[in-house]
Formats: sequence, C-alpha cells, structure tokens
Amino acid sequence: MQFLVDHFFELTITGLALGSVYALVALGYTMVYGVLQLINFAHSEVFMYGTFAVAWTFTLFGATASTSTAGIIGLLIVALFAAMATSAGVALLVERTAYRPLLSRGAPKLVALISAIGASFALSEAMGLRDRITGFVGLDGPLRDYVSGARDNQSLPVSLDPAPVVTIGDYTVTTIDTLVIVSALLMMIGLDQFVRRSRMGRGMRAVAQDPESAALMGVDSQRVVRVTFLLGGLMAGAAATLYMIRIGTTRFDAGFILGVKAFTAAVLGGIGNLRGALLGGLVLGVAENWGSAIVGTQWKDVVAFTLLVVILLFRPTGLLGESLGKARA
Amino acid sequence: MSVMLEVEGLSVNYGPIEALRDVSFAVEEGHICTLIGANGAGKSTTLKTISGLRKVREGKIVFEGKDITGSTPVDRVLMGISQSPEGRGIFPGMTVRENLDMGAYTRKDTKTPAYQQDLDRVLALFPRLEERIDQFAGTMSGGEQQMLAIGRALMARPRLVLLDEPSMGLAPKLIQQIFSIIREINEQGTTVLLVEQNANQALKAAQQAYCLTTGEITAAGTGAELAADPAIRDAYLGGGL
Ligand SMILES: Nc1ncnc2c1ncn2[C@@H]1O[C@H](COP(=O)(O)OP(=O)(O)OP(=O)(O)O)[C@@H](O)[C@H]1O
Ligand SMILES: [Mg+2]
Repeated sequence: MQFLVDHFFELTITGLALGSVYALVALGYTMVYGVLQLINFAHSEVFMYGTFAVAWTFTLFGATASTSTAGIIGLLIVALFAAMATSAGVALLVERTAYRPLLSRGAPKLVALISAIGASFALSEAMGLRDRITGFVGLDGPLRDYVSGARDNQSLPVSLDPAPVVTIGDYTVTTIDTLVIVSALLMMIGLDQFVRRSRMGRGMRAVAQDPESAALMGVDSQRVVRVTFLLGGLMAGAAATLYMIRIGTTRFDAGFILGVKAFTAAVLGGIGNLRGALLGGLVLGVAENWGSAIVGTQWKDVVAFTLLVVILLFRPTGLLGESLGKARA
Repeated sequence: MSVMLEVEGLSVNYGPIEALRDVSFAVEEGHICTLIGANGAGKSTTLKTISGLRKVREGKIVFEGKDITGSTPVDRVLMGISQSPEGRGIFPGMTVRENLDMGAYTRKDTKTPAYQQDLDRVLALFPRLEERIDQFAGTMSGGEQQMLAIGRALMARPRLVLLDEPSMGLAPKLIQQIFSIIREINEQGTTVLLVEQNANQALKAAQQAYCLTTGEITAAGTGAELAADPAIRDAYLGGGL
C-alpha cells in the first residue's frame, strides 16, 4: 500500500500508457462485435503480426544501437505504416477466410466463432513455425534475420531511450509515455469521428442497429463488414507499434495475453461501444498497475479479471454499456 | 398507364416452409396498390422479396421492364424501390435527422438544394418530425416512429414505395391521418404498394387490390371490387358491416 502511495504518479502514467495499447486493440473486438455480434478471436493475431512488422522494419533498414535519434524517429514512422498495413491485411484475410464463406452461407454465428479460433491458432503457429516454412521453400538463407529462432523472443535491434518531458509529483513523464498516450488518443478520436460523421460510419452504425433496415436503405453490409475489419486492423497495427516502442520485444504468442486483456477492456467498457473500449482500456491498465502495487506484480492478471467480475456484477453491460450504433455519450 | 412492377410466379421458402406459392401480380405506375391478407399470409415476405432481402426459389420480379430477381438490395434502392418495413425498423440510436439521412444513403446529392427540398417536403408531410428532429428515434412514440419510417423511405426519392402496415398500433385518428398522407405521397407522383391489416381503409384508398391467403393470391381487382366481394367482406372487413 505504501508503495502505491509513494509511486502513485508513476504507476498511474505507465498504467495509462499500457491501457492505451489495450484500448486500441479493444476497438477491433468492439467494432466487429457491434456490427456482427461476434467475437473475433483472431484479433490477437492481427495485433501480433503488427508487432513483427515493426521489428522487421527495423531489421530491414539495418538499424543498430548506434542509429541516430532522427533515424530512429524516421524508422518508427515507417514501422507504424508497415504495422498498420500488415495488421489490416491480416484482419481482411481473417474476414475473407474465416467469416465471409460461413456467414454468406447463413451459418450460425457460433460456427464463425469456432472458425475464428481456428484462424487464431493457424496464424500464431504460422509465425511460430516460420523457420520451418521458409526452410521448406528454401528461403531460410536469404531471410535468416527474419526467421531465426521462430519460437524465441524477437527484439528491436535498437533500444529507444526515453527523454524526460515533465515531472508530475514523484515521476518524470518521458517522451515515450507521452508518445504512446497521445498517439493512442489521437487515433481513437479519429476513429470516433469517422464512425459518427462519415457516410460509411453511418452505414456501420445502421448495420449494428438493424441490419435488415440498413439493407433497405441501400447499405452494402458486406462492404461495411470489410471496412470494420480493416479499421480494427489499422488500430491494432498502431497498437502494435506503441507496444514495441514500450516493450521492445515480441513473440509468436505475444498476441494471446494482450488479446485477452484487450477483450477484457472491451467488455469492461461495454462491448460494442467505441468510447467504452477507450475507457475500459485505460481503467484496466491503471487498475493493473495499482493492483500489483498493492498485492504484488505476480497478481496483476488476477487483479485485472477480479475487476472485470466486480464491474460486471454491478453493471452487467459494462461501464458505458451500449452498442456501436447507440453509443453517444 | 404502364406496369411498374411485375411479380411473376414467385415462390419463397423459409427452410421447408413455403411462405409464397406461385404469386403473380402487377402494380401500375402512379397507382396505390394494396395487398391484404390474414396474419402469416405472406404479405411482409412479398415486400421483403421485392426489396431483395429474401431469396427467390422460383419466379421473377420485373421493375420498369428490368428483371431484378437477382439484383442486390442496394441496386434496387438505386433503381427507385424503397420500403418502410413492418415494425418500422427505425434506427433507435440515431436522431430523427440521422434516420432521415439514412433514407438517402444511396444519394450522392445530399449537399444540394434538391436534397433540402426533399427533406422539407417530408417535414411538411410530418410536422411532428420537424419538432423532434434532434431526438433519438428510439425514444419516440410508436406513431412518431411510424411517421419517421415512412419519411425515411421517401428520402430515397423512390419511384415505388413499399409500406408494410403503416397503420399498425396507431389510434384511429392517426390512422386517418396516415392514410391521407399516403394519398398525398401518391398524388405527388410516387407509386405505392401498401400492405395492410386495416383492409377497409386500404381498399378505399387503392385503385388496385390483391388478396393473399396462405401464400397464394386468391382475389384481384380494384379496391372497390374487393371491398364489395362477399368473401372478402366476411374475412377481412368484419362481416356485419
Ligand atoms: N424469418 C422467418 N423464418 C421462418 N419463417 C418465417 C420467417 N418470416 C416469416 N415466416 C413465415 O412465413 C409466413 C409468412 O410470413 P409473413 O411475415 O410474410 O406474413 P404476413 O402476411 O406479413 O403476416 P402479418 O400480417 O402477421 O404481418 C408465416 O407463416 C411466417 O411464420
Ligand atoms: Mg407482415
């Protein structure tokens, strides 16, 4: 308890940074749920592929520990685009292979749920076995830097040194904290405005509220579903970049626990609700930090899920608890 | 007078259940055409199939000379067919204005005076909507939601508007009002295909009428002819009248 009091600002700010990453990934779960009433279990892998895109961008451009700050910033921008493109591509692939063939044949939603779990395992294992795959087609030589130790941690070849920005109480907020929190917020504001104001965003809300009426209005629901997966992928790619900036290391199974946390954040905030995903992510990130300060870091996940259970007991539909279309506040 | 919509030998199934069996009818351009029938006769299924929401097992649908049997719902809206569905189907989490904008989703001219004119026209037909333009549709009364559903269907600037039980659940006075608005919409140049439980009123308003009984057309004629048909009077107009 004393530790929490002593390190209150540090724990809060780093919790917000972690929570921003949860929130960005949670958006993907919440949007797909809003439109299809389905949990996209493969979304964790959409995120994980983004983290590899970041690591590989740095490898591709030959970044080393001595790369200049300007060079690293440039690489980060390239990596952000690479990660967003990769994650969006994986998200669209999941939609195309695990969802569309089933839903267009009128399969029950439970079936699509199972196929998404299958897609999640397939994507994760493809990453974890990439050395075997490239070995099989004889490309492991030229691609050595990318495939080596497929089941080991893959780290950024550079270390990103945070610089101080401002001191709040006992804690000096760093450039990295600021970058992570501010860019996550900007992404989310952008998405929120898109869903609220654009024509496609209105179509998404219409499909979420009443798919049959939306079709009568001339909304192409297949297109809406694709855009939903695409947007979720873009957000997951941004999250992957921020994650790599903070954590610096990924693995073929890095999506799993983060995906579970992000899904928890989505449910906590009210699944289907964009602003709920943001709130849920931030609350979860901060609560984890505070909780581990009180009862010990090894209890971090216990704290997160206890919080979920307690909140759902009192607010069964989550903190903001409305669906994508109905979300206003 | 030319035929605007022609339905030929239409059969539609829900799994093994035959909802429509060899249904044929035509809607003349400029008319109000009504489809009456008991609960479960297949009226809503007919409208949904015309809008492209249900798969056709057999038969075809021709709109203004074009076979649209295989067209997507989006294409049918673009061609000029819009619908106010049974149970209204408004978007509860959108405001009245957003709902009306959804009606015009396929239109590219939403920033032009022509669009504003259409909006003004709908708000003139339903002044109540103007008063509540920023209210969430889900919080409106049933009657107001019905007005919104009809207004929304008109925002697409349809050539043919399909109305599924627009008087359902409304007070008698409001029913009168809705029927006079339907006449007004028709006089402004929109062809109307009207499905109604309120057969009395519907037959009075309609130039053309069809009766659907468990998935099959069992009577056809003008509204007045069907209203005079003893079998129909017995079944739908409350015998004694
Ligand atoms: N989605 C569905 N799945 C299975 N059966 C359906 C479905 N929709 C309608 N049906 C069945 O098809 C038949 C026709 O239904 P429809 O809704 O077209 O009737 P209706 O004439 O509009 O009736 P009402 O006056 O009660 O609205 C009914 O027997 C109904 O049970
Ligand atoms: Mg009906």
